[in-house]
Amino acid sequence: MPILEIRNLFIEVEGKPILKGINLTVAEGETIILFGPNGVGKSSLFMAIMGFPKYKIKKGQIIFKGTDITHLPASDRARMGIGMSFQRPPSIKGIKLNGLSEIINSDKDNGDRIDYYSKMLKLDQHLKRDINLGFSGGEVKRSEIFQLLLQNPLLSLIDEPESGVDVENISILGKAIKRLLHKEDRLTKRRNSGIIITHTGLILNYLNADMGYMLIDGCLTCSGNAREIFELIQKQGYRECQNCLKKK
Amino acid sequence: MSELLKKEIKKRDRAKMLNVGFDVEEKQRSASYTLLNDQEIGPRTSSRAIELLSIGRALEKYPEFMKKFLWKLVKGNKDEYTQSVVNARPVGYFIRVKPGHKAILPLQSCFYIKAERFKQEVHNLIVMEEGSSLNVINGCASADYVNAGVHIGVTEIYIKKNAYLSYTMIHDWSEEVEVRPRTGIFVDDHATFVSNYISIKGSKITQSYPTCHLKGKDSSGVFNSLIYAPENSVYDIGARVILDGRDSRAEVVSRSISGGGQVIARGELIGNKKSIRAHLECSGMLLNNKGSITAIPILEAHHPEVDMSHEASVGKIAEEEIYYLMSRGISEEEAISLIVRGFLDTKILGLPPAIEKEVEKTINMLDHSF
Ligand SMILES: Nc1ncnc2c1ncn2[C@@H]1O[C@H](COP(=O)(O)OP(=O)(O)OP(=O)(O)O)[C@@H](O)[C@H]1O
Ligand SMILES: [Mg+2]
Repeated sequence: MPILEIRNLFIEVEGKPILKGINLTVAEGETIILFGPNGVGKSSLFMAIMGFPKYKIKKGQIIFKGTDITHLPASDRARMGIGMSFQRPPSIKGIKLNGLSEIINSDKDNGDRIDYYSKMLKLDQHLKRDINLGFSGGEVKRSEIFQLLLQNPLLSLIDEPESGVDVENISILGKAIKRLLHKEDRLTKRRNSGIIITHTGLILNYLNADMGYMLIDGCLTCSGNAREIFELIQKQGYRECQNCLKKK
Repeated sequence: MSELLKKEIKKRDRAKMLNVGFDVEEKQRSASYTLLNDQEIGPRTSSRAIELLSIGRALEKYPEFMKKFLWKLVKGNKDEYTQSVVNARPVGYFIRVKPGHKAILPLQSCFYIKAERFKQEVHNLIVMEEGSSLNVINGCASADYVNAGVHIGVTEIYIKKNAYLSYTMIHDWSEEVEVRPRTGIFVDDHATFVSNYISIKGSKITQSYPTCHLKGKDSSGVFNSLIYAPENSVYDIGARVILDGRDSRAEVVSRSISGGGQVIARGELIGNKKSIRAHLECSGMLLNNKGSITAIPILEAHHPEVDMSHEASVGKIAEEEIYYLMSRGISEEEAISLIVRGFLDTKILGLPPAIEKEVEKTINMLDHSF
């Protein structure tokens, strides 16, 4: 059984149609990469999978582990095993990163995880600060992956983890995401899956993806080897992809 | 003395009092004053440097002294409420801290209404002698079995040179109680007054607008308030600070949330002297469209070398923040309650540890409000 199955999904944001008939299947343990030009709706797809009402599902279904979650609230989806690293998360005054970490970690029996993962992502000094408030761009990205590691979801939606991050920190993030997606485990034991959005492709230097997809004009086109698709975009840009789409 | 409190205060009232920071056991308290309707219990103090009397007793003991201080900072004919206190038999406390004495433990007081439709009329006087220091925690509440009542409290506070007073009020009234504090504060050279006002249960109306006279040079006045207005409640609250002393400083910070009630958050800073600094900050959060928040900041300068500013923001709770927390597996109600509690952050109050715990407990009670 696939971990995630999206069937003919149509999404509208503020009355504007964004996604027009998405079909996507993610298998257990699979890592896929999502490409596409700015503003095409990649983040919107994540928001819809996570369950944010602003991203209105006009048609279609989202199936997670065989259950139709199309109309479930985000918190239920999170508890079932979906997690998201935001491209631009909000900052929240008065709630400490530590406080949120403890809530996320409360259903795990191991309290040391907060300590361990915060050190791994160089965030131990940030735990006592308000969530994301005044965090630098790179710190925000590390904090998102840190929270995902605590959550340890079956399906991680990772939105541009390496945008605006320096070389050293990309390496930290790359290793953390590898851990998150069970990349060290053998294929047969690998349970966690992930969808990663990237423009730079740098994350591919740290982990192997099973598949790549291209989102253009509200539809998923061009599936294939992630690295090959990335190289194609580097060479030709998205314009060629659009032309290719027209020919089809 | 705890024995007397225990004898006089019924079990079912004690819990309510504890909610507003009044501990019948008197652990971690230097002195206690209790007013049940118009019946005064105590007052008692464990420190010779802190004089605590009922105002009636103080009037007998020090008639001349009292005449010098009473009805000077709050005028008796100010409005119908102060007038009713003028006409009533005097109840309330008189606190005087001896020069140079710095009290470690807070003094606690409780104003409690336990009879339906009772009209509680109070007159308090605090005199902080030179170089003294004290934390006061005032719990104001009505019993669960009371629905309506009136609380009118006139409080006059004198803070002499180099003295410090922090004055924390926690309110927990029933739905139909009217609350009308009338407060005046005088602050002398290098002296400080800090007011913390916490009220999260609402009442029919709470109307309070203390006036703080920063007369001394390098004096300072701080007014913090954390308000949660449930449906059918009205809060009209704020503070006026008149900066008359050179280098004096004032800060008025209010955080209010409407869960369906009406909030009017006022603040008025009047800068009269050279090098004064004053800041007004008012943030409001609306949880639904049943209530309203009105922020009315006023800055008035009478000297070219003043530094005065204000920030005001009112808006609904950020959906983005709610969904962010929900995506981490937190339910919508819990997410709202976390954001609300974060917004009413008790850390902004700078409370002494003994009081901070009580205030945090109060804010945590919000969990049961949604
Ligand atoms: N909350 C919102 N309110 C209004 N418009 C939105 C909102 N979220 C997304 N949109 C619009 O929907 C479109 C898709 O946005 P989305 O963020 O999904 O793009 P993206 O593919 O992630 O782009 P990028 O690569 O720049 O991150 C854009 O035109 C964007 O302006
Ligand atoms: Mg995006």
